[in-house]
This record gives sequence, structure tokens and C-alpha cells, in this order.
Amino acid sequence: MAEYFAMGGYANFVWPAYGITALVTLGLIVWSVRGHRAVKTRIAALEARANGAEGS
Amino acid sequence: MRAFWALVARDIKLAGRLGGGPFVGLGFFIIVVTMVPFGVGADLPLLSRIGPGVLWVAVLLATLLSLDRLFQADFEDGSLDLFLMSPLPVEMQVLAKCLAHWITNTVPLIIAMPAVAFLVNLETGIMLPLIVSLLVGTPSLSLIGALGAALTVGVRRGGLVLSLIVLPLYVPALIFGAAAGTGDLMGTPMLFLGAFSLASLALAPFAAAAALRISVS
Amino acid sequence: MAKSIQRFANPARFMALSGAVLPWAAAATALTLSIGLYLALIASPPDYQQGETVRMMYVHVPSAWLASAGYASMALACAVGLIWRHPLAFASAKAMAPLGAAFTFLALVTGALWGKPMWGAYWVWDARLTSVLVLFFIYLGYIALWEVIEDFGRAARATSVFCLAGAVNLPVIRFSVDWWNTLHQPASVARLDGPAIHSSILTPLLVMALGFTLLFVVLTLVRTRTEIMERRAASLEMQQAQAGMIVGAHNG
Repeated sequence: MAEYFAMGGYANFVWPAYGITALVTLGLIVWSVRGHRAVKTRIAALEARANGAEGS
Repeated sequence: MRAFWALVARDIKLAGRLGGGPFVGLGFFIIVVTMVPFGVGADLPLLSRIGPGVLWVAVLLATLLSLDRLFQADFEDGSLDLFLMSPLPVEMQVLAKCLAHWITNTVPLIIAMPAVAFLVNLETGIMLPLIVSLLVGTPSLSLIGALGAALTVGVRRGGLVLSLIVLPLYVPALIFGAAAGTGDLMGTPMLFLGAFSLASLALAPFAAAAALRISVS
Repeated sequence: MAKSIQRFANPARFMALSGAVLPWAAAATALTLSIGLYLALIASPPDYQQGETVRMMYVHVPSAWLASAGYASMALACAVGLIWRHPLAFASAKAMAPLGAAFTFLALVTGALWGKPMWGAYWVWDARLTSVLVLFFIYLGYIALWEVIEDFGRAARATSVFCLAGAVNLPVIRFSVDWWNTLHQPASVARLDGPAIHSSILTPLLVMALGFTLLFVVLTLVRTRTEIMERRAASLEMQQAQAGMIVGAHNG
């Protein structure tokens, strides 16, 4: 197992490469999904206000 | 055609009146070149080897600094709207402004080159190819720069974004220019440099004119 | 042909279609990436010449591919936007930019990490990575332009002109950097991809490339939907602000 993680001596390069790829990829996913949700909430609130205004 | 030259003359006169004319750009250019030995040491053979590249970068930076004024004054006083309605095609007007810009900002630097070259211990044999490379290559800097200036005219922090968008586009001019500056007058890099300038001449005015229409609408 | 483009270009249709497609596409992405990672890190053998460093290729090559393909897609969207003036085109270009820039960044970092064991230095100014670095700056310029120009219409068209200028210049930049590299590099420096690719390396590579491409598409859809909704939110806010002012004027 330890041999596997050592990656033939190149562990200091291979794992950071995968690590930063994972970090950036996950970051993009989280950022995109959060932005999507945030604007959906904003629109829901705006539309509720618009409907409320029409009713009154 | 008369309108074209009238516009060139007008811009040259304006450049003389506002912003100290060619002297501010020249001063900046000389200071930048002076900074290099402070940074890399006064090793004369080293300076001589990196000289053409350093001089090219300094010319590039000095050109960049003067670009955001290209359309800004006209934008602010409303003349830009008038330009777009004028019978002279916008592409020709862009060309006229590029020519005026080149004459007032870059040519003084090229003229001053023999005086400044001693700061980087430039070999005398290289002076001529360097000056020719600048004459051939710097028009592309004004032309591509005009596109950047047209895209960012009137924008806050426009100068910074202008530099960011224009510098990557300058890379071929710098690569071929610095190489041509050290080589033969008709060598490969000089020919590529000429091709790059000609291509800019053909394409940049149209792109910049489109950008002006976008920016002013 | 134009009519079918228009059918799909209508925002409401796009929202409905993308909403339906997304769950499946996301699932496919997750599956492909999982298989790819398994193949890349566990199931594939080390290269007989490059050893375990070849595993870095499985993240570097897909990133580099997406850096270029992402920009090409952006340029296509910008061209469509400028020619047919459809806001959906501009929205999708804007959506793709940070994704492309992120993969360009990854290509640079993984390339540097690969370079150190291969050539002894993290950055050797080889032609490939240097061109990718310039591409990275072009992405940043495009994003910066969107940020500083306040009017959406002006920003959309200005950034598109810049994107296309970059697209035209990129082959020239690539050519000039290649040429510059032959001028200054000693002949002993190896090319980045080393010896020929054989099949045990090809499969993980292709699966990872496919997985990341699917991810790019999924995130582009999500971000384009977000952009379109931002437009709608902005216009709703403006309507309500105006209505509020009118009501205020009547009451006041």
C-alpha cells in the first residue's frame, strides 16, 4: 500500500497534480451550483413580490 | 483623402498640446531601460546580449501607456459620436489615428534609440537591424493597441484592462521584433515581423471600427 | 437550418431543455470520471519509460485539451452572438470563460509538476506550455472585460470582438512561440509528450478526457442557465423599482 502511494518516488508530483485538479474541479462545481441556486432564490422572491403587489 | 490627412494632422497637433507631447513617453522609455541594469547588474556582455530584447520591451511598454488616450479625449468631448457619422469611413479614421499615434509616440523613441542604446551596451553592428525592426514592427503595436483602446474607451480602470487584453496580442511582434533586431535585415524574423504588421494593417482597422461602434452605441 | 437554431436558441426552450438534460448529463459525467480515475490511478500500469509520472498525463492532457477546445467553443459562441445577435450565444460564451480559464490553469500547474521530474525544472519555457500561458492571459482579459464594462449589451459585443481577435491571433502566437523556442532552447530538451502513446495509456487518457469534457458541458449548461436567470432577475428588479417610484409618486 505504501509502495502504491509512493508512486515510484514521484509521489510529490503525482498526488499534488491530482489534488489540485480535484480542488479546482470541485471548486468549479460548487461555485456554479451555488450561483445557480442563488439566482433562482432571487427570482422566486422577486416574482413573489410582483404577485403580492398585483394582489393588493 | 484630404479628410484623412486632416485627421492625422489634427491628432498630431493635439498630442503636442496635451500630455507633454513626445517627451513623457520618451522619459518613461529611458527610465525603464535604466531600470534594467539596476535589476540584472552592470555586467556589460550580459546587457549587450539582452539589449535588443530590453529595448523592444521598453518600446512596447511606452506604447502601451499612451494607448488609452487614443480615443479617450474624443469620447469625453463627444467628437467620437461625430466621427461615426462622418463621411470618412470609420476604418480610415482609425488608420489616421493610428498613424498619428505612431508618429507622436513611437517615432521619437526610435529616433532616440542611438542615444539610449549605450545604456545597454548595444553592439554598433546591431543598431541598424534594431532600428529597422522597430520601424517595421511598431506600427502593429499602434494598430492592435487601437483595437484595445476602442474596446475599453470610457470604461473605468480602462487603462489596466487595456494592457491586459493587448499584451497577449503583442507576443508575435515582440518575439519576431527582438529576434529581427539581432539578425539580418532580410532574415526570417524580419520577414515574419513585416507579415505581422501587414496583417495588422489589414485587419485591425476593421476590428477597431467595429469596437468603436459597440462602445459608442 | 436557421429556423431550428432559432427554436433551440429561445431562452424559455433552452431553460426547459437544459433542465431536462442536466440530471442525465451530470450522472454520465460522474460515472465517466469515476471510471477514468479508477483506470488512471489503479487499473493502468506505469509506463516502461516514464514510470508513474505518466499518471500525471491523465489529468494534464484533458486539461490542455479543454483549455483549447473551451476557447474554440467560446469563439464560436461569440461569432454566433455577433452575427445573429442572440443573447443566448453571449450568455453561453460568458459562462464558458471561467471554466476554460480554470482548465488552462490546471494545464499549466500539472504541466509544471510533470516537467520537474522529466526535465529537472518546473518551468522550462517550452513552446507548448508557453502558448498555454498566453492563452491563460487571453482568458483573463476576456473575463476582465466582462467585469469592467457595466452595460450588458456593450460588454457582450466588446468581449466577443476581443475573443475573436484572440482566436485569430492565437495560431500566430503559437507559431511565433514555437519558432522562438527553437531559437533559444538547447537541442537536448525533450518534447513534452515524450515517446509514442501506446494503448494501455490511451484508454485511461480517453476516458478522463471524455469525463472532463462532459463536466465542461454540464457546468456550461448550469452557468448559462444562471446567466439567463440573472438577466431576468435584473429586469424584474428594474420593473419593480420603476413601479415603486410611480406608486411612491402617487402616494407622496
